[in-house]
Amino acid sequence: MGALLEVKGLETKFFTHEGVVHAVTDVSYQLDEGETLGIVGESGSGKSVSVMSLIRLIPQPPGKITGGEVWFDGRDLLKVSDEEIRQVRGNRIAMIFQDPMTSLNPVLTIGQQITEALELHLGMDGRQARERAIELLELVGIPDAARRLDDYPHQFSGGMRQRVMIAMGLSCNPQILIADEPTTALDVTIQAQIIDLVKDLRKKVGMAIIWITHDLGVVAGLADRVIVMYGGRIVEEARVHELYTRPYHPYTLGLLNSVPRLDAAHSGRLIPIDGLPPDLIDVPPGCPFAPRCTFKIERCDTENPPLEYVSSTRRVACWRWEVMAARKDGGFRG
Amino acid sequence: MAENLLEVKDLKMYFPVTRGIVIQRKVADVKAVDGVSFTIKRGETLGLVGESGCGKSTTGRAILQLYRPTAGSVRFDGRELTTMKGEELRRQRRRMQMIFQDPYASLNPRMTVGSIIAEPLEIHKISSGKEKQERVQELLRLVGLNPYFAQRYPHEFSGGQRQRIGIARALAVNPDFIVCDEPISALDVSIQAQIVNLLQDLQQELKLTYLFIAHDLSMVRHISDRVAVMYLGKIVELTDYKSLYEEPKHPYTQALLSAVPIPDPAIEAKRQRIILQGDVPSPLNPPTGCRFHTRCPRVMDVCRQVEPEWKNVGTAEKEHWVACHLYD
Repeated sequence: MGALLEVKGLETKFFTHEGVVHAVTDVSYQLDEGETLGIVGESGSGKSVSVMSLIRLIPQPPGKITGGEVWFDGRDLLKVSDEEIRQVRGNRIAMIFQDPMTSLNPVLTIGQQITEALELHLGMDGRQARERAIELLELVGIPDAARRLDDYPHQFSGGMRQRVMIAMGLSCNPQILIADEPTTALDVTIQAQIIDLVKDLRKKVGMAIIWITHDLGVVAGLADRVIVMYGGRIVEEARVHELYTRPYHPYTLGLLNSVPRLDAAHSGRLIPIDGLPPDLIDVPPGCPFAPRCTFKIERCDTENPPLEYVSSTRRVACWRWEVMAARKDGGFRG
Repeated sequence: MAENLLEVKDLKMYFPVTRGIVIQRKVADVKAVDGVSFTIKRGETLGLVGESGCGKSTTGRAILQLYRPTAGSVRFDGRELTTMKGEELRRQRRRMQMIFQDPYASLNPRMTVGSIIAEPLEIHKISSGKEKQERVQELLRLVGLNPYFAQRYPHEFSGGQRQRIGIARALAVNPDFIVCDEPISALDVSIQAQIVNLLQDLQQELKLTYLFIAHDLSMVRHISDRVAVMYLGKIVELTDYKSLYEEPKHPYTQALLSAVPIPDPAIEAKRQRIILQGDVPSPLNPPTGCRFHTRCPRVMDVCRQVEPEWKNVGTAEKEHWVACHLYD
């Protein structure tokens, strides 16, 4: 299986009154066919902006994609015309968002919103589109689909709205589904329903998925490969098993240590990451994580470590990754 | 001194649904909290978990008399709060404080941090002048902030720092009891642990009693001594944190626990999830019998008709309360 999508040196900035926000800096990765890639990071890490940039959904101004290439289907998506990118968006690469209430149009019925894409991208007529819409709603597990097609978004619960969003995302058989924190606004039992649904659809439809989240737990059960972002950069990438058994970047270790685990013994104290996330306007030289890092050496303050392959499947941006890799306890809490 | 600081008995909080603009007729009740009972011991943390709309925040507010309960009793340190009014209630309020979920909405953007923290000191006439200023600085230090920050405004701070300001304000009046209403839900993962550790340190240092309301089960397990699980206005299970997670009795608790993702791919691959069907029903018109019967994977005929009794299925020393017909 070859690379379906290749991102090279992506850079996105926001030009604001306070200054230039370096939201995404030098982000490169690839996505294989049928693969699920998890992108993990906290707010402001650049995880959402990096994927919105792929299909040019960054509001301009204030935002601007200032560098890089996004290769998909033999073309650089950052260079193609607006018309061409519209043909890709929603059709070949679909996206679902965190908040299903604000991303659905409240004055149109669910049916109108799903059939719009079908008529636009696939040239179906009204009747065909309606039939396909019913199929899609059934696929995502909405009971009584034919009748619910004429309902408005407010008549659905949060979990059901997210199912509608997924149905819309899948409507044109995309090769890539980008999911931006799709379960963050949902309750845990509903989150479990949605993740279960996505796993099932992945088997049936076979699309590649980019799943963005701040929750390392969600990614553990879903992704094949994980990218960890911090301060607008990728700091670590690994196969899911490798990452959780032995993180190489101190930030990844810090994230894993700062959440209590349901299956672990009742530990006295959590190990937080001290300090605050970096300021993306006034970016200091050196590693963005250095001010909060417990493994820091002098060099970290002055030189930013490059993201380099340390094995055939792993990349890490840390001067001290070998020390991390050699830790006796490997993963969690000494 | 009694062992229990707080005793809640059969607490009900209904919100009327009205129709008509000029003449408002009551047409129904939203039964947000419908008969919950529990106690909190001195120095203990009771966790209250449940999904959105289950009534957990309303329970917290009704205890503090921010909403006047429809029925039931709330005894705080031996005194009944539901019938208390005016100055008498205000005196009790000095001893009970609240920390809110959203650190962006719960601090007045036009007040300096110093005046936000000093406000309860003024309202309760605790201190003034230089003494007040010193107390504000002491409180800022206590929650891990620079005393110099008193001059600044909330927008100059990050979410985690704002939550610390909210905690300092709650501590200003030297309370015994704090309702923590989802205090970490709006914060980033790496900051959550900082705030949880701070809350635990403060509890030890100041001998505080907490009601910790959250939807994050792993965090509730971490911080609580005992945990109560709420569903649609009722508590369905209550026991110590260990029993709840090791031997959950109620099918809803079991489903909730199995839905929480664990950050370990090897475990995730082997786990059998209980996926609940459907959504939480409306509290306007809750199901008859057991309220969970519409989604329960182990539903029986009796569950649809008869409301299950709230009873102790553990021992006298190790209580394990549950409301479920499986244990009749």
